[in-house]
Amino acid sequence: MAIPARRRVADIAAFAFATAATVFGLVWLAWILWTTLLQGAAALTPSLFSQMTPPPGASGGLLNAFYGSAVMILLGVIIGTPIGVAAGTYLAEHGRYTRLAAIVSFVNDILLSAPSIVIGLFVYEMVVRTAGHFSGYAGALALAMILLPIVVRTTEESLRLIPDQMREAGFALGLPRWRVTRQILYKAARSAILTGILLGVARIAGETAPLLFTALNNQFWSSSLNGPLANIPVVIFQYAMSPYDEWHTLAWAGAFVLTAFVLILNILVRLLARRGKN
Amino acid sequence: MNATAADTAELVPPTRKSGVGADRAFGLITAAAAWLVLLLLGGVAVSMAWGGRLAFQTFGWHFVTGKDWDVGAEKFGAFVPIYGTLVTSAIALIIAVPVSIGIALFLTDIAPRWTRGPIAIAIELLAAIPSIIYGMWGLFIFAPFMAAHVEPWLNDHLGSKAVIGPLFSGPPIGIGMLTAGIVLGIMVIPFVSSVAREVFSAVPAPLKESAVALGSTRWEILSRVTLPYTRSAVIGAVFLGLGRALGETMAVTFVLGNAHDLSLSLLMPSNSIAAAIANEFTEADTELYRSSLIALGFLLFVVTFIVLTIAKLMLLRLNRQLGRTH
Repeated sequence: MAIPARRRVADIAAFAFATAATVFGLVWLAWILWTTLLQGAAALTPSLFSQMTPPPGASGGLLNAFYGSAVMILLGVIIGTPIGVAAGTYLAEHGRYTRLAAIVSFVNDILLSAPSIVIGLFVYEMVVRTAGHFSGYAGALALAMILLPIVVRTTEESLRLIPDQMREAGFALGLPRWRVTRQILYKAARSAILTGILLGVARIAGETAPLLFTALNNQFWSSSLNGPLANIPVVIFQYAMSPYDEWHTLAWAGAFVLTAFVLILNILVRLLARRGKN
Repeated sequence: MNATAADTAELVPPTRKSGVGADRAFGLITAAAAWLVLLLLGGVAVSMAWGGRLAFQTFGWHFVTGKDWDVGAEKFGAFVPIYGTLVTSAIALIIAVPVSIGIALFLTDIAPRWTRGPIAIAIELLAAIPSIIYGMWGLFIFAPFMAAHVEPWLNDHLGSKAVIGPLFSGPPIGIGMLTAGIVLGIMVIPFVSSVAREVFSAVPAPLKESAVALGSTRWEILSRVTLPYTRSAVIGAVFLGLGRALGETMAVTFVLGNAHDLSLSLLMPSNSIAAAIANEFTEADTELYRSSLIALGFLLFVVTFIVLTIAKLMLLRLNRQLGRTH
């Protein structure tokens, strides 16, 4: 029995639309990456990694901003990871089936998508206002707050994937619960949790909004976390919004390095995760 | 596995040292961390409300309905940024929802199997690109493109139409609500499409096979089996995208123009809640000014909280339907 023409046309139209939608999505990705590559590659110079951010009209690099970003990301991971892993452990193991775990799991999903600018305002109110000045510590705390729900979610999910037989085997050997978690479950879930942390790093590396009023920016070299600290996203923001061509060039160079870092990290993590599965 | 002496030594029965006390301590630590997550969300809400109390007390409802944002006169009405946030998010959803459903359909039913993984990853990479990159690209590349090619066309063809005309008239400067909405739409696509793809592929095969057996075309399977079956989750995905669009800051800050003028035209610069905070917070030199911006943050937080809660509840509903507890 032949399908009537009207139904066939609807079918073809829907499929043409779906294909076009996918092409539409991929075109933007290609366009944005192409622009960043083109503008960024032209702006790459060795002095990018050896000189400080310049005043308007002068040449310079982004060394202090790279340093500040690296330090704040590292500190954010150091603060956010243990708390996130512990909370994720509670949700999947020690607090399993409790009402608290259900509520926290729900709330964590909301934190995961909460506007990052509000996180920045929160840290401003809590830390910057209390201390009386902007600081790298405040920036790292804001980044840790962005990272935290990501780590909680991946820890919970990867622990849940472990079959209960593994836990039972541990208990049968007479291990107390915390040793089962630490010595059996964490080992089994290690690569999955690590994947989550790395994806979290890729996410916080590009976060700008939470740093605007916490770490602020610093035109000069500063290794102190107790004062305003230069960082790549805020430098890109300020330089791109400025009227100076030299600053625009530096902003593109920063954008290129940032995008390359984030994308390479994302792709590597996905490749590793896939290899782990096979 | 090769058991070494060290490994087997780990597996001796619990002694008093590693027994009940340590177990309880470990449980308490993890519970404390879980409480901290809860406290952080509560803390954000309370501190935003507390920081914004001066603005709410001073202006009352006029803070939400007032159209003037006058720094000099210390008069703050947030109608323009609220309006800008809603309009740009609406444009974003109008673009992102059909496109995302199309992508999900393409990836579950149309694409050759070996291309599905790479295409899905490529679409998800759209979400990995930092929003500041979207902002720069929007400001230097996309806004000039809109000004040169798209907006003059809209002016000529839609600007003189009866009802929708005022939406598309105005100077084609590239910076404005339409450009910001489109950029937001692109940013939201990966979030909506990845959820949609996941739930589409969770539709039980026998349901689809029955439809095929009854002679359905593939479009009829989508519109009469897949979409009705996954409706609540697809709505959840849309709300998830909305939550993202409402709170997105940097990309919008670059291309919206930071103008506190109310305009019906989508081509005109405007403001959004997040962009106003990002642009003005470090310049806010009076208590009332700063409090007004924090009050904006409070509004944004409450609205996104509600939207994301709806999203989560809708997504949970499908999971329950599928018999999954998580």
